[in-house]
Amino acid sequence: MTPLFDDAGILDLARAIENGHRLGLDEAMALAERASLPLLGSLAHRARLKKHPDMAVTYVVDRNVNSTNICQCGCRFCAFFKAPGQAGGYVLTREELSRKIEETLALGGRQILMQGGHNPDMGLEYYEDLLRFVRETYPDIHMHGFSPPEIMYFAGLARVSHIEVIARLKAAGLASIPGGGAEILSDRVRQAVAPAKCSSAEWLDVMRQAHLQGLRTTATMMFGHVETWEERMGHLIALRELQDETRGFTAFIPWGFQPDNTALGGKKCSPQEYLRVLSLSRLMLDNFASLQASWVTMGREIAQASLWYGANDFGSTMIEENVVAAAGVRFRMDEPGLRQAIAAAGFAPRRRAMDYSILEPL
Amino acid sequence: MDRSYIASLGLEPVLDKVLAGERLSLPEGQALYDCPDPHVPALMARHVRTRLHGGRVHYVVNRHVNPTNICVNRCRFCAYRRDEGQEGAYVLTPDEAMDKLRAAGPVDEVHIVGGCHPALGLDYYLDLAARVRAAYPKASIKALTAVEIDHLAKVSGLSIREVLTRLKGAGVDMLPGGGAEIFAEGPRKALCPEKIGGEAWLSVMAEAHAVGLRSNATMLFGHLETTAHRLEHMDALRRQQDLSGGFMCFIPLPYLPGNNPLGEEASGPSAMDVLRTMSVARLMLDNIPHIKAYWVMLGLKLSQLCLSYGADDLDGTVVEENIGHEAGSATEQALTIPQLEEAIRASGFTPVRRDGLFREASV
Repeated sequence: MTPLFDDAGILDLARAIENGHRLGLDEAMALAERASLPLLGSLAHRARLKKHPDMAVTYVVDRNVNSTNICQCGCRFCAFFKAPGQAGGYVLTREELSRKIEETLALGGRQILMQGGHNPDMGLEYYEDLLRFVRETYPDIHMHGFSPPEIMYFAGLARVSHIEVIARLKAAGLASIPGGGAEILSDRVRQAVAPAKCSSAEWLDVMRQAHLQGLRTTATMMFGHVETWEERMGHLIALRELQDETRGFTAFIPWGFQPDNTALGGKKCSPQEYLRVLSLSRLMLDNFASLQASWVTMGREIAQASLWYGANDFGSTMIEENVVAAAGVRFRMDEPGLRQAIAAAGFAPRRRAMDYSILEPL
Repeated sequence: MDRSYIASLGLEPVLDKVLAGERLSLPEGQALYDCPDPHVPALMARHVRTRLHGGRVHYVVNRHVNPTNICVNRCRFCAYRRDEGQEGAYVLTPDEAMDKLRAAGPVDEVHIVGGCHPALGLDYYLDLAARVRAAYPKASIKALTAVEIDHLAKVSGLSIREVLTRLKGAGVDMLPGGGAEIFAEGPRKALCPEKIGGEAWLSVMAEAHAVGLRSNATMLFGHLETTAHRLEHMDALRRQQDLSGGFMCFIPLPYLPGNNPLGEEASGPSAMDVLRTMSVARLMLDNIPHIKAYWVMLGLKLSQLCLSYGADDLDGTVVEENIGHEAGSATEQALTIPQLEEAIRASGFTPVRRDGLFREASV
């Protein structure tokens, strides 16, 4: 029969965490392999309360815009991309972008999350023009865009350093960078699932340089494909070390791989697996203020539960979502729906900006 | 989480009782509902479910038959009922019901539940049960809630005991647990004034158990009731179980707010409330062997997570469900056996295919 309590080694670790001990890889692995889910959830919730004692949960009203689905990467977990020349590829026109921004403004949103495929026809100058256009036409809009693999791709096309790419995008109006494309920060895993994407070291250095240039960023992890628990924990440690150095990350966002319609295929991430990863992320990332729940991949109910497993942010209204939807997962929530979900889960909803400053609700 | 942490939340006496397998009082149940850390009741519920069932999670290959949606009751949470003659009202002929069943292929359980029709008498159901029994000699037949039994007795001019005995004779094994809603008189009167009261519901179950039928028991929550009402409901069930012993499974059903007269007066329970209620039910109902996470109403992901909060059953493959879906349930109409088994395994448990009486079903 399973005893009620976790084993003595795990309980020792739990007490150490309560006393502010920073977990090393071996300790993280012990928790990953042996700790019960109620223990991990409880510890993560207590760690979250230490950072955010007021039982509030933040969210952002923004729109997800995908500038193109044409992509040379061919990542095996992706159901969204079309190879250059393949039917079904698109490039968002200025008119379409303007309409999407105006819809966002009409809903009260002030932020656009822009990401897109690695399209050889859309390089640094294309996006500099686009950013200038947005800044001139819609000065209230905060542009949160271009994950590190895109920045490395622009650097390669333009034959300049990623440092210069970041500086030029910033000069053209880029306000912050999303943490996408991190997948798992292990080159073994990246070779297996996204061989054309930038390396772990490159991903981390884009973030380092962005932080040094004053841009805040988020960080993500996509798990549940070919990686091991050790590689997941290695990912968290790499992020924690960079955060010690720069303090530029605002939030961490883990989500489970969605296998439908992808070359990789495989099994769906269970709620238990997701919540284990989320809890361990909160415990490992002691220098990250915020942890986001992913209602887009896990749905409203599991996102509500995740607020009790270390998450203190409910992510974004999205308005549109294309990448996860292409993998067969479609959940939708507007701002009232998001606020209601947060309140029903036992927390006060608070609208925020990208930098987590609190805004009035719409 | 260790003893000192649980003690710091005032739950050490509850912990000791759980470890000793002793019955929890209503105030102790309330303390579990009120505990600021939901992982504490979850840990205790996990302990109890492991003691009872190891790592097993049950599911059933089943088919629902809803013979009619015409109902004399007008429960305010119901999106399914119709008046006689109203658009969409129907009564399945026994042939139609059998056709729907046959379309589902082999099943281990047939679940028959519907409205309280003003004229459809016991003979209709005896005929249906006998046909199902003839077509499926090994399947469990789970038919007619306590509310329908009471109604049939009135419509047919027979005693409840007589109705139950005849149904059993026609092949029925057990009664589904529906119609319990919430026993507490205040919310029950507001929700379903025409429906039999909690005591009458329990007395039908007592008679059913006495004639050798088994049954389940439900609780509809997340509407107008309080957590104290839920605990009283659980306590009434376990006291009845002490006397008659026939309850197999407790099913906490979330109130779904779509398409019904109650509408926005109640929003339904949040995911955390569902999870907490699973844990509290597992801990309070020390004499009812199984707790079901009914995926048709909860959604598969939340049902999977309920398995870590004390539930040990996911219900079934179902095939065409009407009552929850008319109330806005957005879930699939059916899951395949591999989908259910994979969901159970991904959550860290071992799937066990069962029949209606929780006997392992031979595949």
